[in-house]
Amino acid sequence: MLGKLTWQAIPFDQPIPLFAGAVVVLGIVAVLAWVVLKGYLPYLWREWITSVDHKRIGVMYCLLAMVMLLRGFMDALMMRSQQALAFHAAGYLPPDHYDQIFSAHGTIMIFFVAMPFMIGLMNYVVPLQLGVRDVAFPTLNSVAFWLTAAGALLVNISLVVGEFARTGWLPFPPLSELRYSPGVGVDYYLWSIQISGIGTLIGGINILTTILKTRAPGMRYMRMPVFCWTALAANLLIVAAFPILTATLAMLLLDRYLDFHFFTNTAGGNMMMFVNLIWAWGHPEVYILILPAFGVFSEVVSTFSGKPLFGYRSMVAATMAICLLSFMVWLHHFFTMGAGGDVNGFFGVATMIIAVPTGVKIFNWLFTMYRGRVRFETPMLWAIGFMVTFVIGGMTGVLLAVPPADFMLHNSLFLVAHFHNVIIGGVLFGAFAGYTFWFPKAFGFKLDERLGKAAFWCWLVGFYVAFMPLYVLGLEGMTRRLQHYDEPQWHPWLLVAAAGALIILCGIVLQVVQLRVSIRSRHRRTDATGDVWDGRNLEWATPSPPPLFNFAVMPNVKGEEPYWGIKSKAREAMRLSAEPAYEPIEVPRNSPTGFITAFFAVVVGFALIWHIWWMVILGLIGAYATFVVFAWRDVAEQIIPREEVARIDRANRAARALALEESPT
Amino acid sequence: MMRADSLVSIRSRVLCSSTLVLAGAVLSGCAGGVLDPAGPVGAGDRIILLDALAIMLAIVVPTIVCTLLFAWRYRATNRRAAYSPQWAYSGRLELLVWAIPAFVVLFLGGIAWVGSHDLDPAKPLASRQVPLEVDVVSLDWKWLFIYPAQHIASINRLVVPAGTPVHFRLTSATVMNVFFVPRLGSEIYTMNGMITELYLEADRPGSYLGLGAHFSGDGFSDMSFDTQAVSSGEFSQWVAAARTQGPVLDEAAYRTLLRQSSHVPPCTYRAVVPGLFEAIASQRLPPGQGPGVTRLERHTTATKEG
Repeated sequence: MLGKLTWQAIPFDQPIPLFAGAVVVLGIVAVLAWVVLKGYLPYLWREWITSVDHKRIGVMYCLLAMVMLLRGFMDALMMRSQQALAFHAAGYLPPDHYDQIFSAHGTIMIFFVAMPFMIGLMNYVVPLQLGVRDVAFPTLNSVAFWLTAAGALLVNISLVVGEFARTGWLPFPPLSELRYSPGVGVDYYLWSIQISGIGTLIGGINILTTILKTRAPGMRYMRMPVFCWTALAANLLIVAAFPILTATLAMLLLDRYLDFHFFTNTAGGNMMMFVNLIWAWGHPEVYILILPAFGVFSEVVSTFSGKPLFGYRSMVAATMAICLLSFMVWLHHFFTMGAGGDVNGFFGVATMIIAVPTGVKIFNWLFTMYRGRVRFETPMLWAIGFMVTFVIGGMTGVLLAVPPADFMLHNSLFLVAHFHNVIIGGVLFGAFAGYTFWFPKAFGFKLDERLGKAAFWCWLVGFYVAFMPLYVLGLEGMTRRLQHYDEPQWHPWLLVAAAGALIILCGIVLQVVQLRVSIRSRHRRTDATGDVWDGRNLEWATPSPPPLFNFAVMPNVKGEEPYWGIKSKAREAMRLSAEPAYEPIEVPRNSPTGFITAFFAVVVGFALIWHIWWMVILGLIGAYATFVVFAWRDVAEQIIPREEVARIDRANRAARALALEESPT
Repeated sequence: MMRADSLVSIRSRVLCSSTLVLAGAVLSGCAGGVLDPAGPVGAGDRIILLDALAIMLAIVVPTIVCTLLFAWRYRATNRRAAYSPQWAYSGRLELLVWAIPAFVVLFLGGIAWVGSHDLDPAKPLASRQVPLEVDVVSLDWKWLFIYPAQHIASINRLVVPAGTPVHFRLTSATVMNVFFVPRLGSEIYTMNGMITELYLEADRPGSYLGLGAHFSGDGFSDMSFDTQAVSSGEFSQWVAAARTQGPVLDEAAYRTLLRQSSHVPPCTYRAVVPGLFEAIASQRLPPGQGPGVTRLERHTTATKEG
């Protein structure tokens, strides 16, 4: 009846996972109870869960990322404390638990923190910057988000019911094959990533179409903000690379479920093919993450330097060069598989070539600050912290691209330090810069600056204290994923690294406090103009938070940095442009399709993991029925009347006119 | 509000401390890691690593300094600094920002290309000595070292003569792993059904840590092994002693080894049936069976037995 699922699936005999699972379950139950008791459920359902507004979906993506960051960071704390304790000792996490933790940490941080954070920012900002009212396919957007959330939920279910993969964040066969990993852990991994991967792919198609097809009048390619360019590049990569991931994992699923032999030891399987394919996705993936972060920094550095971005065309060229080159370097992940001098040499050099456009970007941000008026507000601190940190990470990356150096450092903690250096120092700092930069846009009030800066310093210092020792350990020969060790010279560095993780914890606590304090004191922080940072692109032309329709009238773009143009004109004339003629606006109606589809996706995923075949069939029928009902609906749009549009826009114009009078220039 | 000047001073302190950590890294690395090689391969890898690092530091350090300098110099509160609110293009600077990284990469690319040929793991080392042949098999979770010319085998301890190149042929009897002796240099994967090759040499006698460097399951952390480089006389003695004791490594003994086990103390086999390594690599001897049961099943059995 319930396949492989029995009461044994719940780890009653293991206090740590049981406790962690109980905390998660109680947390979810508490939040749900609070929502229901307070009567927020109808509001949440109407305004958020069924919303097809790109802004709401963007916010939900970022929220998902932040919640999962807490989960992933708990894993990090456990890993750091285990390694700090496990010198000549077993520590407190037995191997089968420790192995799940590092696998879950990597999986969560990449797929459910970095990805949704970046996709959330793109979802929120790209349509606003392009001067359009929504993404190309609003309901599909909602489906994409909820499928990502479904994957995240499955990973968390594994905490309580069964186990998670013990094979690392990329399940290399043959270890991940049924013979060596007979439990449900790898299946949890595979189905969560398959479900969320489909979400990512359709989300990518959506943003790509939005950028290619629905820009405002006059918004030519060479007038798009650099963030839109990086979003274009990242989503091109998503569309090109994610099918490789899906296909690769599908092959592993066939191996595990239907006794195929794509990657098995025997019957002609080849595990190297998995490694090859997974990195053909995996290397573009890191650029999917870092390119939007580069876009965020471009916006932030230019805004807070009070200057246009230096070398816009170079930036565009560099972005697209990285996009192209990122597909030509994947072999550097397995130089040590014995490919030979020519192959290793070629991919080593190809990898280094990517450093050229990346270096160009760093220099262009540098020259954007040059002769600027640099304001050290929180987003700019993240940007400067990024520039300093990222060049170190870039340097160690190029070092690893030199094959003989990689022969000694592959799989070592030096590698671990390198990718945390670029992912924390690049992607996460970018996510936090974007979060503080666009938060006032999304909610109409600024986050607390003092707490934000304190959080930044904790993260920055914590990062260096936690990861510089890992470089040292890598040079001392320590390999990754060790549950315990006997080398005395490694121990002090691991203690330092654990202390660094605690400093980062302070940063995270400060960020939570910052959010709480800022929300409580939001009435003192309100920004009525919609242009809180003296911004330069079209998102700042809208009220904060922007209305459902974004723009009361479609902007007519006349050059780069269109909002700066509008603002300069208004400043010269000492008054706003004439009030436009308002029209009623058609917007898509909300739809529960995404949420219901994702519900059935969780059912199907869970049933497949536990081999509950009737439930699989039921879930698939449910998902298909949802699709049919959605396809059959007659009314897909609603009209916002002219008066409503005029009322919202006039209120914002009044605030802007007031700000204009008060401005010193 | 944090003032801009305090910001920069804190930042420079952070920078100083991180530089110190990096310097510490290099120094401490000299005591027992990849920066303290005990053989020509490690020394070659190390030179390339340090060369590449030096070239990059020449550009990275000025970039970091400029970032902090520009941010400080052009802070909004410094009204004496020039402000060019429209300045966003300079052909010369554009040329420079593309040319600098391009030239650096040109240098580094040359090093990488030459290095990956010179230090290719499968390339024999220049030496007057005839290389010692060692066949390596990674198992769950121990290392098997077969000495085909000496007809002996060793578990979890690799003994090699110092000053003689060693030619390793490697495979796995189970999941993937990586054979790595940090102080001797390059690492290499072991994979079932395949043979990889690696040449290493220890310059001087000593005991060096060996590792399994690719995660291979629950017993992974115990896959470290002792690598002993000894004088050729001692090596002959060790071989002679090994020949007189321990069991014979035949198919039956190998099948016992194939079962999952960890914390296996080092031991030797007085003889090895010929062609064992080839039989493993060609899968004539089938790969290991893995755990056989899941955690849940194991739990169930344990409960029943309990």
